[in-house]
Amino acid sequence: MANMPQDLGKEAIAKKGWLAAHRWLILRRISQLGILAAFMAGPWLDLWIVKGNLASSLTLETLPLTDPHILLQAMLSGVVPETTAIIGVFIVLAFYALVGGRVYCSWVCPVNMVTDAAAWLRRKLGIRGASHASRSTRYWILALTLILPLITGGIVWELVNPVSILFRAIVFSMGLAWILILGIFLFDLFVSRDGWCGHYCPVGAFYSLLSVRAPLRVIAVNREACDDCMDCFNVCPEAQVIKPALKGATKGIGPVITATQCTNCGRCIDVCAKDVFEFGNRYSRNQKSSLQPAQNH
Amino acid sequence: MSKTDEKARGVNRRQFLTTTLKTACSVGLMGVGLGFYTQRANALPPMAIRPPGALPEEDFLGACIRCGLCVRDCPFDILFLGQLGDDIPTGSPYFIARTGPCEMCEDIPCVAACPTNALDHSLTDIEKARMGLAVVVDQENCIAFQGLRCEVCFNVCPIRGKAITLDMQHNVRSGKHALFIPVVHSDACTGCGLCEKACILEKAAIKVFPTDLAKGELGHHYRFGWKEKEKAGKALVTPDVEHQYNLPEGVGYDLQGEGLILDGKAQDNAPASPFSSNPLDTLNRKPEDD
Repeated sequence: MANMPQDLGKEAIAKKGWLAAHRWLILRRISQLGILAAFMAGPWLDLWIVKGNLASSLTLETLPLTDPHILLQAMLSGVVPETTAIIGVFIVLAFYALVGGRVYCSWVCPVNMVTDAAAWLRRKLGIRGASHASRSTRYWILALTLILPLITGGIVWELVNPVSILFRAIVFSMGLAWILILGIFLFDLFVSRDGWCGHYCPVGAFYSLLSVRAPLRVIAVNREACDDCMDCFNVCPEAQVIKPALKGATKGIGPVITATQCTNCGRCIDVCAKDVFEFGNRYSRNQKSSLQPAQNH
Repeated sequence: MSKTDEKARGVNRRQFLTTTLKTACSVGLMGVGLGFYTQRANALPPMAIRPPGALPEEDFLGACIRCGLCVRDCPFDILFLGQLGDDIPTGSPYFIARTGPCEMCEDIPCVAACPTNALDHSLTDIEKARMGLAVVVDQENCIAFQGLRCEVCFNVCPIRGKAITLDMQHNVRSGKHALFIPVVHSDACTGCGLCEKACILEKAAIKVFPTDLAKGELGHHYRFGWKEKEKAGKALVTPDVEHQYNLPEGVGYDLQGEGLILDGKAQDNAPASPFSSNPLDTLNRKPEDD
């Protein structure tokens, strides 16, 4: 019954049509490219919607947004930030605490488009083999990014951070950033499935911590309709998050994907021909009574 | 709990410990690598100048989050962010004086834009900025040293007459002209680089360097006698003995003034000498006069 990774989404496309089977993917690309476009309208068209980059930005000369992970590194190296940066951080924290921290990964981060492309090609070429690294490696690296400023007094991670380097490369100037990005693409393609984003990236690890109580979650509302086609597992960049919610009915686990690593990308919703998944409110009482989420996190 | 369960748990615990240790070790190694890479990658080449108000380089690298807001708010677009592959720490802002010097905006928009104080917000007077220090680095090619009139650096300097002054010196080659030598004063120079940009040579003879690179430092034990004397109000070593000149009548000598004075006028101003101006008086004096 299980579909091959190459055939991912064919059932869904046949049943729902191409557009419906790519709905969330298209919306995510619009979001990611739209954010880049808003930053680039300034230097390209002299239309200053947003200034700066993902580390810290100013939208329409009023709304400050600051990356909490980067500012935390700066503060650990001994900086007292300006009020605008602090306000910016709280806006960002509040937003991701509501929609899920790793929405940053799948809806904002430009590296996601690179690793998604690698994952797509990997499926098409039928490249197999799992990563040797643990998915918790990223939390160790996250700890490292926070310890190094304490020891060296500098924001060490930002010298090599592919997320900020790629975004800066696009919005400011490229330099040799493409080599780093190509490296990540090839690593994800040949070495490790979901290698960078799913195992090593401390930025994603940091944002996942904001998901702990986020209301917006993917919920396997129709999990009894699941026919084990495996498409959701094949498309999910964090496949381990699906199983408890999808297959946990007998163990009394609720249908909400509570794992903080879930990026709320919505691809499982897209590729499922049985419409098992949908976005929902983790705390909503409107779900089918037997499908209440387990509140034991 | 059954025995097989326990067994399974034991294996899991061992596996868990092994993977955790492996991960911790590799991440630790990566940290060491990153630390060394940082040391190399954080070296700033001397021609890259930080924006006004930048903290000392070491603090700056901890404070700057590489957001580029200073770059965007610079009205003259002189600031750039270090790219991957450059010698400049990735993503940190800089300008190159020779191609785009700091125009010293009065409202310092780059500092105002900085969200982290990496560009110190306590800098409100751009003339107090110390981005670097201009140095007349090539005295062989600077045409002022050849006796030609140039003074472009002196004239473009925004702290005119204070950061760069012209020092008049004798032109030994022609024997009758002056050299107008540009001299930079570190107490006024902001390091904006307008002089370096304006230098008329193919390659600038005056260049802005990071202040710590440009400045020497006197030995801490070193004292200048005349400054100490001024401070103390008197000589701290053997008191100076006023030099007495033994000159013919009607001739005076003013050491730090007019020099040799031929008319009798100076004689009146000169301090009273215990010796007669007439050497014969001394030569012919009798022993009992002592």
